[in-house]
This record gives sequence, C-alpha cells and structure tokens, in this order.
Amino acid sequence: MDISLIFKIAGIGILISIFNIILTQAEKEEQAQVLTIAGVIIVLMVVIQLIGDLFNDVRTVFKF
Amino acid sequence: MVILQIVGIAILAGILIIVIKQEKPELAFLLSLITGLIILILVLDQVGVVIDLLNQLAEKAEIDLIYFNTIIKIIGIAYIGEFGAEITRDSGETALASKIEMAAKIIIMILAIPIMLSLIETIIKLIP
Repeated sequence: MDISLIFKIAGIGILISIFNIILTQAEKEEQAQVLTIAGVIIVLMVVIQLIGDLFNDVRTVFKF
Repeated sequence: MVILQIVGIAILAGILIIVIKQEKPELAFLLSLITGLIILILVLDQVGVVIDLLNQLAEKAEIDLIYFNTIIKIIGIAYIGEFGAEITRDSGETALASKIEMAAKIIIMILAIPIMLSLIETIIKLIP
C-alpha cells in the first residue's frame, strides 16, 4: 500500500508541474493555476483518508 | 525487518520531494506529510504489541488498570502531538507547532492529575 501511494503522489506532482510548463508556454496561465489547485485537491483527499486511518489506528492501539 | 522498509521509504520519499520541490512546494509538503503518515502507521503495529505485553504484565501484578490506561493514553497523546507539531514546523509554521506542543502538555497534565492525587494520598498514609 505504502510505496505505491508515494509513487502515485510523486507522479501526480511531476505530471502537474509538466502540464503547468506546457500551459504557461501556451499563454494559459489561469488554466495552469486551476490545474495546480486540482492537483492539490486530489492529493489532499488521499492525505485526509490516510490521516483518518492513522487516527483510527491510534484510537484502537492507545485505547482512547 | 520493519526498519529497513521504513528507512527505504524515507530516503525514496526524500529524493522525490526534492524533485517536486522546485515546481510545486505545496505538493512536496503533502508528499512529506504522506510519508510521515505511512511510517507512523507502520510503527503503530509494533507499539500495539508492546502495549498488549504491558497489559498482561499489569494484570499478573494486579496493578489496577486505571492508572495503566491513563499512562497509555498519555503516550498516545504525546505520539500524535509530536507528529502534528513536527508536520506544522515542517510547513514553516513554527508558532503553530509550539501551540500544539503546549496543548499536548496541558492535556497530559490534566490526565496525570488523578495519578498524582493517589500518589500523594499513599504518601500521606505512610507518614505516621
């Protein structure tokens, strides 16, 4: 689960930076901004799900 | 061994973060956050094994479990508080990080009050 997740997020990051470069050359800065926000949102959803898993594990292990 | 897995993940993620950092610092921060979460989840299983062992020992020694449970809760609070503080410090918000640490200390202090009270009572009983 873990290594593939890191590769996925890194892949998203690299893809978005490449698309941003392409979009800025095509003089579409606003679309580049929207693309960056979309990428951050996708990664945030993964992060929030992972934080939820961590907190549930902590709750069970430490008997909160 | 778990430690090999953890070190491998950390080094790998460090390299990927450097790659992403120039273009997208926010994604680099999210990647470091995710790596921290993964490593914490991996380590949590080991901590669970230790806590179960301590539980059995506490039952054998007939220590009443109330204090033992609060100690485990305190460890959990420290565990998560330290993680949150380091992540916010990593993102550059040192002020927020110190606030989290202060809050964690206060919560631990509140949890530790019953233990202190019972300790003081036993001491008073000992004094003739």
